[in-house]
Amino acid sequence: MLQEESDLSLVIAQIVQKLKGSSLYAQLERQAWGSWEKRILKSLNSMCTELSIPLARKRPVGEQKELLNKWNEMGTDEPDLSLFRPVYAPKDFLEVLINLRNPNYENGDSLSFRTHLGLIQVPLKVKDIPELKEFFVELGLTTGQLGIDDSTQVPPELFENEHVRIGQKVLAEQDSAAAQQYIRQGSPTALRAELWALILNISSQPEDILYYEQLKTNVIQHDLLVDSLIYKDVKLTASNDDYYFVFEDYLYQVLLCFSRDTSVLGHFAYNSASPPKSYIRGKLGLEEYAVFYPPNGVIPFHGFSMYVAPLCFLYHEPSKLYQIFREMYVRFFFRLHSISSHPSGIVSLCLLFETLLQTYLPQLFYHLREIGAQPLRISFKWMVRAFSGYLATDQLLLLWDRILGYNSLEILAVLAAAVFAFRAVNLMEVTSLAAAEAVLADLSTLKVMPLLQIFLFATVT
Amino acid sequence: MSRPKLKMVFKVATSAILNQNYKGHGLSKGKEREQRASIRFKTTLMNTLMDVLRNRPGWVEVKDEGEWDFYWCDVSWLRENFDHTYMDEHVRISHFRNHYELTRKNYMVKNLKRFRKQLEREAGKLEAAKCDFFPKTFEMPCEYHLFVEEFRKNPGITWIMKPVARSQGKGIFLFRRLKDIMDWRKGNAGKKLTSLEAQPARSTANPSGSHDARSSDDQKEDIPVENYVAQRYIENPYLIGGRKFDLRVYVLVMSYIPLRAWLYRDGFARFSNTRFTLSSIDDQYVHLTNVAVQKTSPDYHPKKGCKWMLQRFRQYLASKHGPEAVETLFSDMDNIFIRSLQSVQKVIISDKHCFELYGYDILIDQDLKPWLLEVNASPSLTASSQEDYELKTCLLEDTLHVVDMEARLTGREKRVGGFDLMWNDGPVSREEGPPDLSGMGNFVTNTHLGCVNDRKKQLRQLFRSLQGQKKASS
Repeated sequence: MLQEESDLSLVIAQIVQKLKGSSLYAQLERQAWGSWEKRILKSLNSMCTELSIPLARKRPVGEQKELLNKWNEMGTDEPDLSLFRPVYAPKDFLEVLINLRNPNYENGDSLSFRTHLGLIQVPLKVKDIPELKEFFVELGLTTGQLGIDDSTQVPPELFENEHVRIGQKVLAEQDSAAAQQYIRQGSPTALRAELWALILNISSQPEDILYYEQLKTNVIQHDLLVDSLIYKDVKLTASNDDYYFVFEDYLYQVLLCFSRDTSVLGHFAYNSASPPKSYIRGKLGLEEYAVFYPPNGVIPFHGFSMYVAPLCFLYHEPSKLYQIFREMYVRFFFRLHSISSHPSGIVSLCLLFETLLQTYLPQLFYHLREIGAQPLRISFKWMVRAFSGYLATDQLLLLWDRILGYNSLEILAVLAAAVFAFRAVNLMEVTSLAAAEAVLADLSTLKVMPLLQIFLFATVT
Repeated sequence: MSRPKLKMVFKVATSAILNQNYKGHGLSKGKEREQRASIRFKTTLMNTLMDVLRNRPGWVEVKDEGEWDFYWCDVSWLRENFDHTYMDEHVRISHFRNHYELTRKNYMVKNLKRFRKQLEREAGKLEAAKCDFFPKTFEMPCEYHLFVEEFRKNPGITWIMKPVARSQGKGIFLFRRLKDIMDWRKGNAGKKLTSLEAQPARSTANPSGSHDARSSDDQKEDIPVENYVAQRYIENPYLIGGRKFDLRVYVLVMSYIPLRAWLYRDGFARFSNTRFTLSSIDDQYVHLTNVAVQKTSPDYHPKKGCKWMLQRFRQYLASKHGPEAVETLFSDMDNIFIRSLQSVQKVIISDKHCFELYGYDILIDQDLKPWLLEVNASPSLTASSQEDYELKTCLLEDTLHVVDMEARLTGREKRVGGFDLMWNDGPVSREEGPPDLSGMGNFVTNTHLGCVNDRKKQLRQLFRSLQGQKKASS
């Protein structure tokens, strides 16, 4: 009787805790996000006044014609972007997250084994390894995977051939749910483009193409300040990448249209953020004169173009590429740079990463902490970019297969932890943050699926 | 006769590699060596060959007049010294005496045309058509009239004029009208040649193969007529991201009679820095993908690299066109390598001391048909990036493994590191066991261009088993 009572009270206490947390989180999020948003807008506005460039202006006809001619080779343009700075970089965002605190949560002064020693101090619920094993059951050791069981030593008859055949069947039946289940084991290269389109429910209807053309027209007619930010970002990141430089022009075509796409505003309904607003000149504060700026409500940050770059590998038709990217953004990527308590939100991912490390690699975690190299400081940029630009493209696509398959970004945190586990021996020997960064600087040789499998299913916990 | 097992002594045309324009040293036999005092030094990023040779266990560098067992020479040394250099049986040298039969554009065309005719006689039109991987080419000025005939038959197409003996994109221009080359023909070649043109024409009496690291050895010479070829320009190249590219593939030939050739799994695609359009034939930066040319393009940013490893290229194609189309393309490329080597098999002096590492330049058109642009006897070994450095070091290491100065191999290997034996006096099959002579069954050639290159692992296994065999037999 007593046992049951105490169990029950434990359960109730947990529920109360959760409830307490959630409404406060909403407030908390709003506060934190609010101040962050203000900062971003301020930065944007000051850039605007410093450079005397309006946030938006209509292009003169001559300029419109020129841009239309150059539409397929905007990369050849070399505008002077030296005065533009990215509005923020991932590390700025990390600082905001570190300072998130729940004022109602009493950590207690005494340190216990429960104390979280990482950077994130928001007690959100994250999965532990047993729960992750259940969640990612299809990644288990006994299930075939692309990225492992299609390697050269394995005869294709054992898994690959059959897997390809099933994939073709799924496509033939146009079964979106089946595709999502199927892709948890990875997608064959030749089928990936179609499978992703099926899962994201993208089909190139004439109205979609028309919509894209309309956006293109908007780009031609109006010039936005964010356009320069986009140019700068592409030039700094994707154009300098050994593999993505080829797709530079596609990136402009997608991102410039993206920033004018007001349908993206729809995602703010489930995003705790709110789109930044701007006011027509002279009408500050008057709501009827408020516009969202940029029109899609998304201010690009340093590295933003890397969300699009890997998709260029799969889609070559601009309007289809655009649709796929937009859908990926409003389903997944937006969570990587907005504050929320969602399990796939960046805050949860950071916490998941840190918890995994602290719980399952405590020696490594403490060591890094001691030398002033908090692991999150290194892995944050990987997660914010969903590893784009850090992994080899084929590995990245295998990873993104699983994001689509599980409809969750948690795998990013798991992979980040797995990378640390993989390089643990070297990391134990470093004595500074810089040295730790050096050990983890190059991820291009990593094989994603074996790492994940070993970390989740083959490590003694 | 056993090969000396002690120190392998090697010699490298050091100056040719470090001082790109420094010409000729090596064994002097009373011939006056041309030395230049101050030359423009090209900044070489890495000297991959030197690194590989120095790091090879048991190999010692010899300089100047010392005796050597292995010489990675440059073609000018070869031309001057090969004929009067005695080499012991075990000695190896990195070029064939008359490699230019394959690597000089006009000779290669001749040989290929002759080979094609022979094939047509012996095996019919279909078989001969397999040699149609070389765009129609005419030697200038001797085949000028034939060229004009072809030109008139196909009005409006674009042609490209290339000097036979130069490299790095020098002296090349495009044209559509006969008028454009009338000037050239009258000796006004200087006008048409681009601003890159820094070196005066070479004498035709010097049949040397194209050399990516060419030295300019001319003094005050009159500008003689230089040999050019006019070639049909491929107007529908396959584009990625709107850019044109060509492929660099490495083929190692250990002997011509019998023909033994190895194909390296890695290679790269070189991109043009600007978008492709036929309306700008004067912009040679667009059309020439050679890295040396790209480096002088105003758009060039060294960080960009503008190269893709072949694995990436193969994956990109597979995701766009499916695996079967890619298989067909790559086996068409195998066909190019084999046929081009077969066409010079009877002309090249197959000295047992010689081996050669060729750099093949291949262009893919929009129908996924591969075309042979040229074959380089001295492919560039300088690295343009870290990735490039690794590729070239591994390439050279594996070349030395195949050359096998250490006498470790049995001679029956089908794969050594990143090299797959492509042709061994006959096609080599991927499958184990005796060849399927019935002609039926699926013959898959033993080539893996653009595939996974797990060379370290393979080499470990190979050498371990060789050691085991040696122990067992001793």
